[in-house]
Amino acid sequence: MSEPEATQATPEPAKHDKTAPEDRRIGVYICHCGGNISDYVDVEAVRDALADEPNVVISDDPIFACSDGTQQDMIQAIKANGLDGLVVASCSPKLHQTTFRNVSKRADMNPYAYTQVNVREQASWVHQHDKAGATEKVIGLVRSGVAKSRLSDELVPLRVNTVPRTLVIGGGIAGLRAAKGLADLGIDAILIERQPELGGWVGKLGAMFPHEDSGKEQVATLIDEVKDRRDVTVYTAAELTSKAGSFGNYEVEITLHREGGDKVLNLEVGSIIVATGFDSYNPDDGEYGYGMDGVVTLPQFKELVDATGSGPLSYNGRPVRSVAYIYCVGSRQEAGGNEYCSKYCCTAAIHASSLVSSLDPGIRQYHLYRDIRAYGRNELTYNESREAGSVYVKFDPDTPPEVAKLDSGVLGVTVTDLLTGHAELTLPVDLVVLVTGMVPRENKTLIDLLKLPLGSDGFFNEIHPKLRPVETVVDGVMIAGCCQAPRTMGESVSAGLAAVAQSAALLKKGFAELEPLVAVVDPDKCTGSGECLTACPYDSITSIEWDGRQIASVDPATCKGCGGCIPVCGADAIDLLGYTDEQMKAAIEELVVTEMPVKEPVA
Amino acid sequence: MTPAAAAGVTNPRILVFSTINISDPGIDLAGSRHLEYPASVQTMAVPCSSGLKPAWLVYALDKGFDGVFVASDGEECSYLPDCAERTAKIISQAQEMMAARNISPSRLKMAAVCSVCAEPFANYMREFAETLKALGANTSAA
Repeated sequence: MSEPEATQATPEPAKHDKTAPEDRRIGVYICHCGGNISDYVDVEAVRDALADEPNVVISDDPIFACSDGTQQDMIQAIKANGLDGLVVASCSPKLHQTTFRNVSKRADMNPYAYTQVNVREQASWVHQHDKAGATEKVIGLVRSGVAKSRLSDELVPLRVNTVPRTLVIGGGIAGLRAAKGLADLGIDAILIERQPELGGWVGKLGAMFPHEDSGKEQVATLIDEVKDRRDVTVYTAAELTSKAGSFGNYEVEITLHREGGDKVLNLEVGSIIVATGFDSYNPDDGEYGYGMDGVVTLPQFKELVDATGSGPLSYNGRPVRSVAYIYCVGSRQEAGGNEYCSKYCCTAAIHASSLVSSLDPGIRQYHLYRDIRAYGRNELTYNESREAGSVYVKFDPDTPPEVAKLDSGVLGVTVTDLLTGHAELTLPVDLVVLVTGMVPRENKTLIDLLKLPLGSDGFFNEIHPKLRPVETVVDGVMIAGCCQAPRTMGESVSAGLAAVAQSAALLKKGFAELEPLVAVVDPDKCTGSGECLTACPYDSITSIEWDGRQIASVDPATCKGCGGCIPVCGADAIDLLGYTDEQMKAAIEELVVTEMPVKEPVA
Repeated sequence: MTPAAAAGVTNPRILVFSTINISDPGIDLAGSRHLEYPASVQTMAVPCSSGLKPAWLVYALDKGFDGVFVASDGEECSYLPDCAERTAKIISQAQEMMAARNISPSRLKMAAVCSVCAEPFANYMREFAETLKALGANTSAA
């Protein structure tokens, strides 16, 4: 088996053949996306309007363009009709551009003659009360897409060699497991951890649900396994301080905080896995009595229980004979907290209470909850805790429990029990545990360096929550664990391993295919003024001798395809492939539909 | 006569130039969150706002758009550290070209839209549509 060779950059302007625009044969598919698009856009009207467009050979409206069946239909249609252009109007290109480029490839059609038109995120979902307007808009957008395909060039991806090494940022459970997983697959792992110690949150924990394994021991085992490996290099008290280059060949600078001064390391890595974890919600002073002696958060309580060993549970030297847990502190609320559910905390609190029961079944435990979300097998842990004597009291979020010191000096939690005739109970307890969830960790420098996208909740955002759950919009940068969303240890490890698989998918071939959508100079138009030479921060443009004079030339391997050189050229001699002057103007023109295609207004 | 002129600019046509990595995800997020804005807004994505030719912005106004909005990369740009200044220069060059054709500079707007700027984007669109309604028909349109 021979692997394709990575091509060297050529200083010569590449030639791009294409069929004359008037002879192009284009297939158009307008997706219903179930009803996500067709409920708000008259998809049939769009299909009919496009059927009459020049060059359009097929105009169809599948229920799901991305389904396997429709993909097969497209491949057959491309082959049977000799299509050399494809337009799918569906969701954001972030989701399915690759899908339909692959459909084109499988049908032996140039994938760069494919144009994805975003009519869901940028049309149907934002015009839910204007079907006629949305339909007119979509017809324009699809015509514009057809114009781009009609004028597309026959392009071939550029190949560059990739570095078989991945930087893992964060030495918690997700990062540690990912580092080992990378090494198992033959990819060198560089693991950096900001703290002086590895292990993260799990490394501080004793017995964890569901199998009572100790977090500390699991982390210690992993650290031993990783330390034995030559293909895993670990740096603690280390931070990423700069990143350059592109996916496959990132140049990273790591600063090691060492006694006597910082040291700087420069490395090349092919991909980056971010596993920087979470912070625990920190209640405000006075929030459910926080700040009073005997009111603690869930992580503080777990530490107390873990430190107790087998001996009597005590807090600040006082025996603990009763505990009240208040659930959803800082979670599921619009003001002064977070709207989301952290989903691990119900089970973590229930599990901690089971540990308390096994220390001493006589300790009274009251769980004041909004809803118990002990999902999956965790339901069994919940049942066991009730059988062991824990009492569960449901409260209404509008009348949350109140914590105060009683006259007797102990803490009192007053709650209205929603399920027993709204009886108001005051429970005297020795300890109040605020069941706090996860919040995004402060990480501004890293976010700025890697250009990581954040969701509205402040956690890092994946490209697609189901289909591309660990990739980000930044090529070669993956996310894993609780920096992405609150989750359990098992789920964090799964995400870490998914990021490993995704890194392997990018790096194991030894080369990466880069978008051929780069700048090209028209040697006939170029006057050799040199204006563009300083416009490129990547030094991709050089002056070459051509036909007895000096002209500019772009190196396709280092060109990032931003187009920054294009408006700089006074002679209008540079085009960005995929966004040529001709394509842009035609695409703009086609957006404006001059006739309303919808015969009768639709409410 | 363009549709916008025929309709007395009740629905001014707006062309948004977005950027694939930064502002387009923000505009997508407005969609995921179902934040409504006028259907007369159409978006065209390019890799970077510093790669836009001033002539394209003016071309859109010539072809029937009432306004052009450049959703720029700003400081977020992963390609060019001076992207904000470059895009600003493109806008001022386009405005010079517009002035030569008696097109109001208010028909061209630029704002940095980040990858999570869903609400700001929807607000920009509603506000820009109001500005363009107040300006009346774009008489320069071919």
